[in-house]
Amino acid sequence: MAVRTDKSTAGSRSEGGASTARLTAADGLKAGIPIAAGYIPIAIAFGVLAKSAGIPNHVTVIMSLAVFAGASQFAGVTLISSGAAAWEIIFTTFIINLRHLLMSASLSRRIERGRLRRWIPLLAFGITDETFSVASFRKEPLISPEFVLALNFLAFAAWNAGTWAGIFLAKGLPEIISDSMGIALYAMFIGLLVPSARKSKPVLLVSLAAVIIHSFIHWFPLFTGLSSGWGIIISTLAAAAAGAVIYPRGVDDD
Amino acid sequence: MTDYLWLVVLGMGAVTYLPRMLPVVLLNNVKLHPRVNSFLRFIPFAALSALIFPGVLQSTGSVESAAAGSLVAVVLALLRMNIMVVVLGGIAGVMAWEMLAA
Repeated sequence: MAVRTDKSTAGSRSEGGASTARLTAADGLKAGIPIAAGYIPIAIAFGVLAKSAGIPNHVTVIMSLAVFAGASQFAGVTLISSGAAAWEIIFTTFIINLRHLLMSASLSRRIERGRLRRWIPLLAFGITDETFSVASFRKEPLISPEFVLALNFLAFAAWNAGTWAGIFLAKGLPEIISDSMGIALYAMFIGLLVPSARKSKPVLLVSLAAVIIHSFIHWFPLFTGLSSGWGIIISTLAAAAAGAVIYPRGVDDD
Repeated sequence: MTDYLWLVVLGMGAVTYLPRMLPVVLLNNVKLHPRVNSFLRFIPFAALSALIFPGVLQSTGSVESAAAGSLVAVVLALLRMNIMVVVLGGIAGVMAWEMLAA
């Protein structure tokens, strides 16, 4: 893919305001670096877990290539090694990843519908919590497909490289390193969310609502049977719906 | 690979891909009611918040070190630091806590 490295990269970094510069593939790779750094230790842990659970190496490799979703892959190998039925594993995966339905719908409002639109089905394969967040929190009103493709590609490459490292080096990272790296993607989420919540009162209120609802679902005994997949879906739906009711004109409605 | 493992991996791939693909492809050219648009624009903030908390508390070796790392990340983000600085600061916060507590 031809990568433009003109001054539009600098333009898209402009403080605060909506820039008109088109996001390039190079911007996407750059934006993907924190995701890649966060994925590698998790993918290594996944490879190590799959190996120790007795999953054949090629199954683990194909799973990272074909599924590309962290939580459900961990659940998948655990369920396979416990001898769960295929439909049970597939259904669990479906519930865990159903939240991407909401993210994909949200992203459909921002993706540019130019000549690269035929790439959107491929781009959709790479939607994860992290790639979605980094793309959505761009200040540019429209996000170019090549930006998302490059961002997703780097995340995908890191996830698969980490899986290989975990399987074939078959050694986890030292505990203090893997423990400390566990917070990397959460810190990235915090780094994305806090500046927006600080600038917009609707965003702050919706964020607090989601945290409160999710905490309630997580700790209130009535909901203990609910999987974490449902917990995230319900709190996201409820908080975003409350936001839309109170602020019908959206994020900047203050 | 046995039939069982093929079925599991391909099934997992399919049920993961469809929710990712259908909305962004089908809604791409559709005009929506402003209130629905507003709802969809709030999704990133709501989803990110729900993903962060309480999940972050279980992301490290202990709840205390996770809280320490999160606090460092929040402070750095409030100071408008670059995202890489926030990430590295969060990791350093956890590491520092775990070394001091050990």
